[in-house]
Parts: sequence; C-alpha cells; structure tokens
Amino acid sequence: MLKAGFHYLSGNIAIAEGAIAAGCRFFGGYPITPSSEIAEHLSRRLPQVGGTYIQMEDEIGSIVAVIGASWGGAKSMTATSGPGLSLMMENLGLAVMTETPLVIVDVQRGGPSTGLPTLVGQGDVMQAKWGSHGPYEIIAISPESPQECFDLMIRAFNLSEEYRVPVLVLTDEVLSHLYEKVKIPPASKIKLVKRKYMKSPKDFDKQLKKWDLVPPMPPTGEGFAYHMTGLTHDARGYPNVSEEMQELLVRRLNDKIRLNADKIVDIDEFMMDDAECVLVGFGSVSRSIKEAAIRLRNEGKKVGVARLRTIWPFATKYFDELADKVRKIFVAEVNYGQVFLEVERAVHGKVPVELFEKMGGMIHRPHEIVEKVQEAYA
Amino acid sequence: MTVKFVTSHPMDKYLRTERLPHIWCPGCGVGSVFDAFLHAVDSLGIDPNKLYIVSGIGCTGRAAGYAKFDSFHTTHGRPIPFAVGLKQVRPDLHVVVMSGDGDLFSIGGNHFVHAARRNNDILVVAMNNFTYGMTGGQVAPTTPTGTRATTSPYGNLEHHLNLPYFAAACGATYVARWSSLHVRRLKDSFEEALQRKGFRFIEAIGPCPTAWGRINAVREGIDMMRYLRDNTEIRDFEDPKNVGFRWGEKIIVGKFKDEEKPTFEESMAELREKLRRGLK
Amino acid sequence: MGMKSSPETKQEIWLERLVERYGIERPRGEIYVIKDRCKGCGFCIEFCPEQVLKASEEFNVHGYHYPILVEEEPLKVCVNCGFCTYVCPDFAIFSRPKEMK
Repeated sequence: MLKAGFHYLSGNIAIAEGAIAAGCRFFGGYPITPSSEIAEHLSRRLPQVGGTYIQMEDEIGSIVAVIGASWGGAKSMTATSGPGLSLMMENLGLAVMTETPLVIVDVQRGGPSTGLPTLVGQGDVMQAKWGSHGPYEIIAISPESPQECFDLMIRAFNLSEEYRVPVLVLTDEVLSHLYEKVKIPPASKIKLVKRKYMKSPKDFDKQLKKWDLVPPMPPTGEGFAYHMTGLTHDARGYPNVSEEMQELLVRRLNDKIRLNADKIVDIDEFMMDDAECVLVGFGSVSRSIKEAAIRLRNEGKKVGVARLRTIWPFATKYFDELADKVRKIFVAEVNYGQVFLEVERAVHGKVPVELFEKMGGMIHRPHEIVEKVQEAYA
Repeated sequence: MTVKFVTSHPMDKYLRTERLPHIWCPGCGVGSVFDAFLHAVDSLGIDPNKLYIVSGIGCTGRAAGYAKFDSFHTTHGRPIPFAVGLKQVRPDLHVVVMSGDGDLFSIGGNHFVHAARRNNDILVVAMNNFTYGMTGGQVAPTTPTGTRATTSPYGNLEHHLNLPYFAAACGATYVARWSSLHVRRLKDSFEEALQRKGFRFIEAIGPCPTAWGRINAVREGIDMMRYLRDNTEIRDFEDPKNVGFRWGEKIIVGKFKDEEKPTFEESMAELREKLRRGLK
Repeated sequence: MGMKSSPETKQEIWLERLVERYGIERPRGEIYVIKDRCKGCGFCIEFCPEQVLKASEEFNVHGYHYPILVEEEPLKVCVNCGFCTYVCPDFAIFSRPKEMK
C-alpha cells in the first residue's frame, strides 16, 4: 500500500488505494465515466502487489468475475456508475443469495439512462437498496471526501467480510475527481477483518442443525466439495425450493443486516447538540450543507447537520428519535427525492420534512440552502 | 450369466449420491456427457479437491449440483465470467464450465467470445441439445434452421451457430465436437483437454427428448441417438468452417483444433513477477 | 442386430473361427446394475456392441425396465468394452472385467 503520511489524491484514486490497503487483490471491471480512473489506477497497482486486474467484456461479466474471485479466496471489487450498476443488479442478487463478500463502488452521475456522464448525480440511492429482485438487504456507504474514500473503503471491505454481504460504496462525480490531502496511516494501524472459514466439512452438519446468522464460508480447493447456488438452498448449499427453506434462508439473509443495523449505521453529526432544524445530506452535498449550517448559526438559527456516512441500512431509529427533539428536517440531495422518502418514513409524521432537490449536474450551493432554510423560518 | 444387482457405482465417489436420482429425463443426453466426464477425471487421477465445476442455468447447468467437487451454480449465462474470476485467484485449480447451448451462446455469448479471446485457462463443455430444455423447448441460437421449437412453431427462420467455428475464431486453443453417443471419444477428449492449458472448448451434441426431440420427430432419446449413429462422421482436424450442418444431413464430429498459446493467467503471472523484480 | 447362432456375416464367421478353431480368448465382462437408478432410456441395450443386454420384464421402483443379460456362449458375450458404463446417464450400469481362468 501507499507509504504512511500525507498524499494528494482524488476521490477515485483514494478509493483505489483504500482498496489495496484493505487487502483487495482482484478487480474485474469495465470502463465507465466517472469511475474509470479507479480501473486505470488498479490496472497499474494490482499486479504490483501480486493481485489481478482484468477488464471484463461488460459490467455483467465484471460483477460475476468478482463473485468468482471472492469464492476463490480474494477480497474483490468492481467500480462503475449508474448504467453499469443497473446491469449488475441481477448478479448483485446472486452475491446476496450466496453470501459472497465483495465491494461495488458506484460513482454516481446524472441519470436516468446515459444522462450526464461527466456531471454529478445522487440518484442511485434507492437502486442500491432495491435494484435487484426479491427481499434482501445490503450495506451502502457514502464518503464525503477523498480522506473518507480511503478510510471507508477499508470499512466497506471489513463489513463485507464480517457480514458476508455485498457492500456498495456510493460516491459521486464531484467527489471522484476532487483532489485533496489524504492522511494514510501505517499498515500496522489499519484493522482488517479476516474472512471466517469453515474448519472441516463436518461444519456443514453443524450449520444444517442450526444455521448461524452469518455462517462461515467453505474454503475452495480443500476437499469441502461445497456447492453454491442462486436457487433457494439449505446450509449445505444444495437447492431446496420449498416454502420452509425460503422462509429460513431469506429471513436470515435480511436479519443478519437488520439485527446488526446499530453496529453498521454511521451518522456524522455536526452542531447537533441543540439543533432545532436539521440538514440531512450525503456525499459531495455534505460540504454545502455544513457550510450552510455554519452561516445559519452565525445568524442565530439553531441548525445542525446529520450527514449519512451509511445510507443502507437506513438510520431509521436515529431519525425516529431525532424527530422527538427537533422541529424541522431538510434533506438536500441531487435527485428528486430518495433519501428524503426514507427520512419521511422514519420520522412517522412527527416532524415536517422538506426536500431540497437538484436533478443532477451540480451540487447545491451553500447560499441556496441558506435561502431555503430562511424561507422556512419566515 | 446374469447381471449382478448392486447399490453403488464406481463413479459414486464423484457424485453427490444423496441428491440422486438427478432431474435429467430418461433419454436425456446430458447424463451421458456427465458420465464420460467423470470417467475422464477418474482415469487421469485428478485430485478432486483441485477440480472446480461452474454451471449456468438450464438442464446442463444442474451438473454442478450433482458433481462432488467444489461447484457453483451461477445465474443464467454467467458461468464463464465466474470461472474467469475464480481462475485469476486460483490458477492451481482445474476450472471446468459445464453448461448448455442457450446459456453459453445466447445470453452468455459475449462472455464466451472474450474468455476465448483472452485465452483464459478454463475448459468449457457445451451440451448442445438444440434448445432451451429446462424452460420447455424454446428456440436457441443452436436450433437447426427449419426445425421446430415452442417459439418457432413454423420452423426456425434463423441460422444456427457453427459452434466449433465460432470457438476457433474467438481464439479457443482446443476445439472438439462429439456427442452423447460418442462417449468413448468424448472421454478421451476430456482427458486430453484436462491436460492442456488455455481456453478449451468441447461441444457435445445430444438428445432432448422432452423438448426439442418431441416436436422434431426424434421423440425418444434413443431415436436421436440412432440418428447420431447413422449421421455422424469423425473427421479429426477438419477445418472448423466446414463443420456446420443442416438437420437431416451429416454432422461432422472430431477434434478440430489443438494448439498452444500463452494463457492470460500465464501472462499476468509473468507481469507480476517482472514488477516484483523491478521494484526490489 | 445381434448375432444369430449360425454366423452369416464375414465378421461373425471370422469371430467363430478365431474363438472356436484357434481358441482365442476374448476379454469377458461382468455387468452390474443398480436397478432403481435406471430410467429406461435404452442406450445401453441399443448400443452394446455385442448386443447382450435387453430390457427386463420386471420393473424397478419407478416403473422402468432395467437391463439384464442375454448372453449366448461362446460368441455373444459381454467383452467388457465399457460402453454401457460410459453412456449410462444415470450411473445405473457398469461392467467389470470377469476373472479369466
């Protein structure tokens, strides 16, 4: 990994270096603006650290190759943007169903469709959670700076290994090309979660008796003769397309995230102690809302910022409790209301929630947010 | 002399016997190909812990679930990229893709092209029963022109792929076509292919009595097997461009290509080594 | 078709000559059948090169007629070619070399 100390990195490069620091040794991807720099950087860096970069023929091939490499034993990732993420949805479901640890970086751009390839958007939030079919849970993380791009990539890999679940890292075009100072810690200070493997094929019987919330993974090439399938399956991995097995398996796939939501959810609170009005945002919009909050405080308004460092699982409990303490919530996002819908749902009508939307192409300017909040106070 | 009735088979060591009987219909061609494959693995004495089978969706795709190796049953059309990803991380394993014609050449066509082009070190076994069997017999890119399928009830208007030609053109280094009838040749071909490196492709033509066969006058598996006996000709090293066929005409089988060229995995390993030495 | 008791084709004549006149020993095989695995596809019966298999009158637990032997010493016998072993889709039949005296 990079030498400890200060480096001047863009969001994309920080993502790539964060992956290497986290132990990622396989990248299978396809070029797409604005994520291509991640692929380009890793194509150079991964062979240097004994890993593999392979450019697949499309995004579908990419995500499936990542699943294959993960089962081979490597920490694996891919990077894409909106259109590519759409293509990956079916096999994101495969990764969830087979409990394959992996990381997908989505550098969001203006959508829908081909949209604005070179300009910011934040419209993939709902797709990140609901894009694939069937009931399932994933984890989605949202950094706000190149520093967080580095740090949170490590967290993303750790979470994916700990919960055997795909983790999406949602950045956006502004953040991906933003160059800033990034402090890289020495390798010895970075805590990595190691994958939990089964010790012997007898572990299958143990799991068949009682399926752990997060079962250990069978290792490849060591005589376990495991079978994994996207069909509903039992703890041995064999297809079992019955109602009982579906209840057992799918409930567990969701519960392993839902029941651990408290450990996963991560909110960055800024000036929240006595806040009456809360600004909610994520990604590149974070700076605008923080700056707006500072300006509003200077005018005597008790404004705070609740920034989402994780988007999924959603911080439902946090916002539910927050709704008892504040008088209004604003959600600023570069889409037509996605996190906004979740916040509205979470507060159960206890407090008014207002959306400040931008369709795409530009993030909110601090003065726009200040004006919007002032209108509400008037 | 009479037969002796027993309860286990020598190949049971490679089968998840607790899951038998398998779902393949009486007269299905997949079982014979699968049988020949396991015998080949046995003859070679390959360490079963170092063989990995990847299947897609479809009848042939179920093979992964019956073979007692580390195995993965992927989504439709995607066994090849899975195998490619796995091979990058585990070049020590024999990675075998076993899937059907629709899975590999329709939805999975793009992945086939590029894995062959890169010369990824995997063996792809394509069971060709001219149809999408599991879903009831819809037309596939390999359904012979003019023959019927549930979604080409008036006869297939399209031209079917010449798979060995396609594979050779994409860059496969070992290309062969056999059938469920030519089990001995198929077994030998598997043995050969498992000892080679590079993108190896073996097509196995066989019956689907329940779907394609039933509406194309080869109602039972045995009918299609008799057809194959009477209408196939072995011509090793025939130019793959000449092995296309029309239903009703001779089908040429054989080993068409057997070459060597650096695999993607070898080149990547060389690069890593070069960089490692350069950085020291 | 199988061999008749009085050989007619050139092959049959030669075989009879080799075995009966010159005493050539052919390899011999023993057939093992896992009755309840058979799905009655008929591949082994149809394509046995010596035509020594036929469908039984009885059926197995699934209702299929599994193969049984119809050897006729000394010419129409199982020679352990292994074809049935390799072709059976259900792993329901296999041959083993018979011990030669």
